[in-house]
Amino acid sequence: MKLNELTVSELRRLLDSRGTKPQEVLDDVYNRIDAVEDKVKAYITITKDAAYETAKDAEQIILSNKQSLLTGIPVAVKDNMCTKGILTTCASKILYNFKPPYESTVTACLKEQGYILTGKTNLDEFAMGSSTENSGFHTTRNPWDLERVPGGSSGGSAAAVAADECIAALGSDTGGSIRQPAALCGVVGLKPTYGRVSRYGLVAFASSLDQIGPITKNVMDSAIMLNAIAGHDPLDSTSAPAEVPDFANFLGQDIKGLKIGIPKEYFIEGMDKDVDDAVRSAVKKLESLGAIPVAVSLPHTGYAVAAYYILATSEASSNLARYDGVKYGFRAQGGKDLLEMYMNTRSQGFGAEVKRRIMLCTYALSAGYYDAYYKKGQQVRTLIKQDFDSAFKEADVIVTPTSPTPAFKVGEKSTDPLQMYLSDIFTISVNLAGVPAISIPCGFTKNNLPIGLQMIGRHFDEGLILTAAYAYEQSTDWHKRRPAL
Amino acid sequence: MSGKYEAVIGLEVHAQMLTDTKIFCGCSTKFGSEPNTQTCQVCIGMPGVLPALNKKALEFSMKTGLAMNCKISLYSRFARKNYFYPDLPKGYQISQYELPICEAGHIEIVVDGEVKRIGITRIHMEEDAGKNIHEGGGPYSFVDLNRAGVPLMEIVSEPDIRSPKEAAEYMKKLRTVLRYLGVCDGNMEQGSLRCDANVSVRPAGQKEFGVRAELKNINSFRFVEKAIEYEIKRQIKILEEGGKVIQETRLWDSAAGVTLSMRSKEEAHDYRYFPEPDLVPITVGQKWIDDIKASLPELPDAKRERFVSEYGIPEYDAEFLTSEKAVAKWFEEAVGPGGQPKAVSNWMMGDLMRLLNEENKGIEECPLKPIQLVDMLKLIDNGTISGKIAKTVFDEMFKSGKDADTIVKEKGLIQISDESAIERAVDEALAKNNNEVERYKAGDEKLLGFFVGQIMKATKGKANPQMVNELLKKKLG
Repeated sequence: MKLNELTVSELRRLLDSRGTKPQEVLDDVYNRIDAVEDKVKAYITITKDAAYETAKDAEQIILSNKQSLLTGIPVAVKDNMCTKGILTTCASKILYNFKPPYESTVTACLKEQGYILTGKTNLDEFAMGSSTENSGFHTTRNPWDLERVPGGSSGGSAAAVAADECIAALGSDTGGSIRQPAALCGVVGLKPTYGRVSRYGLVAFASSLDQIGPITKNVMDSAIMLNAIAGHDPLDSTSAPAEVPDFANFLGQDIKGLKIGIPKEYFIEGMDKDVDDAVRSAVKKLESLGAIPVAVSLPHTGYAVAAYYILATSEASSNLARYDGVKYGFRAQGGKDLLEMYMNTRSQGFGAEVKRRIMLCTYALSAGYYDAYYKKGQQVRTLIKQDFDSAFKEADVIVTPTSPTPAFKVGEKSTDPLQMYLSDIFTISVNLAGVPAISIPCGFTKNNLPIGLQMIGRHFDEGLILTAAYAYEQSTDWHKRRPAL
Repeated sequence: MSGKYEAVIGLEVHAQMLTDTKIFCGCSTKFGSEPNTQTCQVCIGMPGVLPALNKKALEFSMKTGLAMNCKISLYSRFARKNYFYPDLPKGYQISQYELPICEAGHIEIVVDGEVKRIGITRIHMEEDAGKNIHEGGGPYSFVDLNRAGVPLMEIVSEPDIRSPKEAAEYMKKLRTVLRYLGVCDGNMEQGSLRCDANVSVRPAGQKEFGVRAELKNINSFRFVEKAIEYEIKRQIKILEEGGKVIQETRLWDSAAGVTLSMRSKEEAHDYRYFPEPDLVPITVGQKWIDDIKASLPELPDAKRERFVSEYGIPEYDAEFLTSEKAVAKWFEEAVGPGGQPKAVSNWMMGDLMRLLNEENKGIEECPLKPIQLVDMLKLIDNGTISGKIAKTVFDEMFKSGKDADTIVKEKGLIQISDESAIERAVDEALAKNNNEVERYKAGDEKLLGFFVGQIMKATKGKANPQMVNELLKKKLG
């Protein structure tokens, strides 16, 4: 077995027992990248030289027994998190040359824990999309079927983890962007509670919904990565001063008597039959482990996608105003005055989906429309939060499919934005409510495509969903399967 | 203004707060540094950065609100005001919109001896923009972002102001209060205090407001009055000619002394305000509000009233003396050790202000200590120097920093109060001016002053004027 195929916890043990060295781990990771990256295209930037530099330090640290959680562990980071001095593009032409002079809080946390950055992974431009087809540079392919998308927007991170091109990765999730690609690539993706992880240095898509989280090969690694990045940050006033437990402590606990809520609104007409079957068997499996299924209702689910696209794009239209060609990034040449410079820069610098969303909500926020759109969207958001509050009176964890379909083909939905938006139908409500959720592998379709199971928890109760996810994972072997590349 | 019309004026004042650092990052707010040296990723608006509220800015706003009798909101929040401009690095300004930190206050102004209350609609916090610099002649402009993110308060008045004079008094009062609180230096020329005016006119007696114009670029106290005066006349002229005033934004051109149309209502920006998702709503505890209230300094109105009652000086003097905290302090430091209040006030309003103005100095930089004035007043009281000589002594004290005593001794300025010496001088003067003596005796009593002048000249001003007068009258019979 190659070292790049190991998990974080396995590597930790091996490195600490001097069974290997960080450089050897990197050798295997970069050999794998050399072998498969042409096909998968998970990365935008590969930071090999810097990685080997860090590996030298890591070796010394391990030799002096001063290692932290991630000392010497190669991790990939989605290219919308700022890494000091390292290209951070958001997969947008408008930031094609942007090297931040500062570090995001999450990557600073990973640094503090000794990680080695393998590179920056591909995404839909500014995290707007569900397939990475909206990347301004290239489309990432699903390691299970190269004809298919890896999901998105954190498709690069999910594909890199699934293809063993790194040990673990960070993604960001605004409407499902960690969980949906994790599901489509057969790996574990965790979106923490809004406010659990600092957003400082995460290039904003929709500030009130964005949250960073890990994409890993198993639930244990998810807990370890969350331990590394969770906590209050004075630089992000929306990060919560809530206490951060050791999430590893939640693994291995019994789930006897755990009430798992099954929302009837999430088992819909038109859902892929294999997905439906896999999720229902997963519920049976949980039941066999002692969990008690209860029917719950999230009645406003039907309005979630509409509300989400108003609110998220409203924030986005404002968040993306700073890319104006004045200070950094791309500037179009040849404009005869300021207005032309702005228009040319933004017309040429942004891709179609980004422009679509900016226009949509420049309209939604305009005088006379605010009440009908933005305000209504906020009201729906409140109702959705209340849905979850009441559902969590009945259930401890809510279990749903992560995505209504497995990975779709490249190009299959890219001409129909609405079809694409609907692929986030099961993940979006979670962001609107701000609650945590995890996606774990729960089976395969007849075509051997991975299927994801979503477990949703109460605010700041990542612990309980990790408990349930780990219990399920340990009783199955879906997570052990690897794509044949 | 024509008596047939009444003006309705409301002011929106932007005050730069005197915090050491910017409102959402740790950069310095110092004025006048090299362009873009006081910036960081946050105030430059780089990707992924987030604002973190400077607590001092919040405290300063609450202080100001309390000093202006506002209700402090226990729950308020920031909003984004969206527009594109190179000096606005994020493409939006973080401001407050629906829920400002302070609401429903007022201040009082005195115009022509009448006290008038002007309502304060709201005070909210926001960040300043940078500056575009158009120079060098190239096909481009420069952007300096040192000012971007400097904390501002926007103080919005009710449309309670009825004349340019009232507007000017309101501005002065705002400035005084802001300076008392130490939250803004009130410098209009440097732009730390800026004023936009909403001006409309209506036929006297009409209840509904007329159509208003918003005046921008009023950058001195003098121009507040002038710009509004011009605008009122302009609008009245339109109405009298049967025309209609249109709603628009107008720019004050101080060189030409006119307001010029900048953009119409149709061209007005749609700022697409929405709640700022990067900052949690601001919640303020009642205890904090109470603590700030308790720590407020004595404010100008209260001080003025106290000066009148405690020191027995006229309202006019008290108004002047309390217009600046430092002036009031100087006054009290002179009165404390025994300076007679009205005398101190006279010297301050007259000679001290003249000398400070000549050297373009504020009272903080006054080379003269209050105690030096007190000592000089003692010399007048005990007859060592005359009031006239005192003016010379005062100038000298101000310029050299020496004490009155030293100056009097060095220059031999001690008043002559020796009756025989004065009598000698009187006799000499009368002997030299026989003609005038005759005319005086014939009834031209105005000539008394002439004789006093002659005697003062002969004694180099040192003769005790009271004794001179008495002796003259006696001798001239």
